[in-house]
Amino acid sequence: MKIVVCVKQVPDTTEVKLDPKTNTLIRDGVPSIINPDDKAGIEAALQLKEKLNDGSTVTIVSMGPPQADVALREALAMGADEAYLLSDRQFGGSDTYATSTIIAAGLKKIGYDLVITGRQAIDGDTAQVGPQIAEHLAIPQVSYAEEIISLDKDKIVVKRQFEDRYHILELPIPCLITSLSELAEPRYMSVGGIYDAYGVKEVKVLGFEDLKEMFDPARIGLKGSPTNVVKSFTKQAKGAGTKYDDVSADEAVKIIVDKLEERHII
Amino acid sequence: MDFSLSKEQQLLQEMYRKFAENEVKPLAQEIDEEERFPRETVDKLAKYGFLGIPYPKEYEGQGGDYLAYIMAVEELAKVCATTATRVAAHATLGVFPIFEFGTEEQKKRFLPDLLSGRKLGGFALTEPGAGSDSSMQQTKAVRDGDNYILNGTKCFITNAGEADTYVVSTMTDKSKGNHGISTFVVEKDTPGFSVGKHEKKMGIRGSATADLIFENAVVPAANMLGKEGQGFKIMMKTLDAGRISIGAVATGIAEGAYDVCVKYVKERKQFGKNIAAFQNTKFELADIRTRIDAAKLILYKAASEKQAGRPYGLYAAQCKYLCATTASDATRRCLQLFGGYGYMREYEIERMMRDAKITEIYEGTSEVQKIVIANHLNIK
Repeated sequence: MKIVVCVKQVPDTTEVKLDPKTNTLIRDGVPSIINPDDKAGIEAALQLKEKLNDGSTVTIVSMGPPQADVALREALAMGADEAYLLSDRQFGGSDTYATSTIIAAGLKKIGYDLVITGRQAIDGDTAQVGPQIAEHLAIPQVSYAEEIISLDKDKIVVKRQFEDRYHILELPIPCLITSLSELAEPRYMSVGGIYDAYGVKEVKVLGFEDLKEMFDPARIGLKGSPTNVVKSFTKQAKGAGTKYDDVSADEAVKIIVDKLEERHII
Repeated sequence: MDFSLSKEQQLLQEMYRKFAENEVKPLAQEIDEEERFPRETVDKLAKYGFLGIPYPKEYEGQGGDYLAYIMAVEELAKVCATTATRVAAHATLGVFPIFEFGTEEQKKRFLPDLLSGRKLGGFALTEPGAGSDSSMQQTKAVRDGDNYILNGTKCFITNAGEADTYVVSTMTDKSKGNHGISTFVVEKDTPGFSVGKHEKKMGIRGSATADLIFENAVVPAANMLGKEGQGFKIMMKTLDAGRISIGAVATGIAEGAYDVCVKYVKERKQFGKNIAAFQNTKFELADIRTRIDAAKLILYKAASEKQAGRPYGLYAAQCKYLCATTASDATRRCLQLFGGYGYMREYEIERMMRDAKITEIYEGTSEVQKIVIANHLNIK
């Protein structure tokens, strides 16, 4: 089985500090890391490969600038078999739609059975790219995977985290799952793995020319991106909310309307 | 002259740091307090390749370079000198002589288990009457058919009781002095071989230290490294390499002390401000960091010279001497900046100061290093 994990290199937000004067993020000197949800996906893929022990492989795919090479080397040093960097100036400025278009094109070129992406990246926080890739490829998907219960050559059973419950879902292969960081605790790179990552293994770069047959060039890069960023802001932590048990429908309506009025929403 | 690290070394350093921070640091205080050898850490070190870094993959090593190994010891020592000592005693002292002087048969027999970390190595040169004057070996080995019969006692042996193989020096022909010393690989279940009681130490208290006792121990002649009489040379060459790894232990301790001290002085308030704001604090830390960085340059130089296959004995002795002296000095002065809290055992700076002292003593005291340095400089 060919397991492909899509990863993104992101700034380590635990190391990001705010500029007290401008209130913006200071990105200079901030180390780059593999997005945590994606790293859990790498670990899950490696565990599946080890469990299957049938010649299955783990392939890592990332779209990004040439500097993203080090993120792919890290994945190789953890034990992945091969890595592809989708990188081209024409890919720059892509929003989630254009990004997923390019990554889906890369996956068509590289081949896949099971695709794993992280749930969302800690820098953009959209959680859109994984599901969009599945749509471009027209394969089934499960997002928010917390556990892979079983995998064989034609189906996978996944435990999905939902707001108030779990779903146990079976999907045919090929398919895509997006992983939560709870999916697996990533291993460290090993010393020998790091030497392999820069020695016997390589990061293959695919650019516009390599992929142009696989996508509509009008739908990639800045020009192909339908999204415009109007404003970006730091998320405010919300409270837990209030829960009312054992209320009738009429009472519930009254409580909601009262709350909305209290806050001058209606 | 380019002092930058290779891409591999940068990624290794990142991995070492994460591993040390998450897997080693949380146990450091506890194993010191309980004087406990943490076997679980050894298994993790083995899993990620720490026990065979600078050795070829054909013997299940990691295929790394000597500086990469030195950096691993340094990163471990920043958070736990006990763990760093264990790795250095294994990977240099317990393995290097087999790799460097063993026959192909011996290498194939011993190295894969040691380099993969399935087994741990040790090294036994010191005796009650043969410390700095290591030529005064009293442990005897007498040929008996296909075996040698060993009698005597080794003391202060790191990894004692925990190791599976020990590289042991013995006297096979006293009349020849240094040229009568021979070296054997002794396996832990050898008949007539036992481990004495564990020493209670000032520092590196999680590291196992004990006597090795040989009472008519039967060691196969096939376990002799090199030829009869080559033992002293083998041990001295091994100590040359070992000095670099102890330099790394010392440098790591000093850096660890500096790091916790910088954090402390930025938080601790006296006279209405952080003590980092006082000139004494700034001057102390500026001086300490400068000394650490100078020591580290010789350390990396020694490792690089060894890797390049050039003579490194002088640099190794200089780095052992300077790094160890710096570690003792830096930890003592950092502790002083902590004031009363630094003297309390709940603060790790106290442990670091105790740990630092051993680096001036084991694998050749600072005084022995000065003898070696003066010899290299031909000052007679």
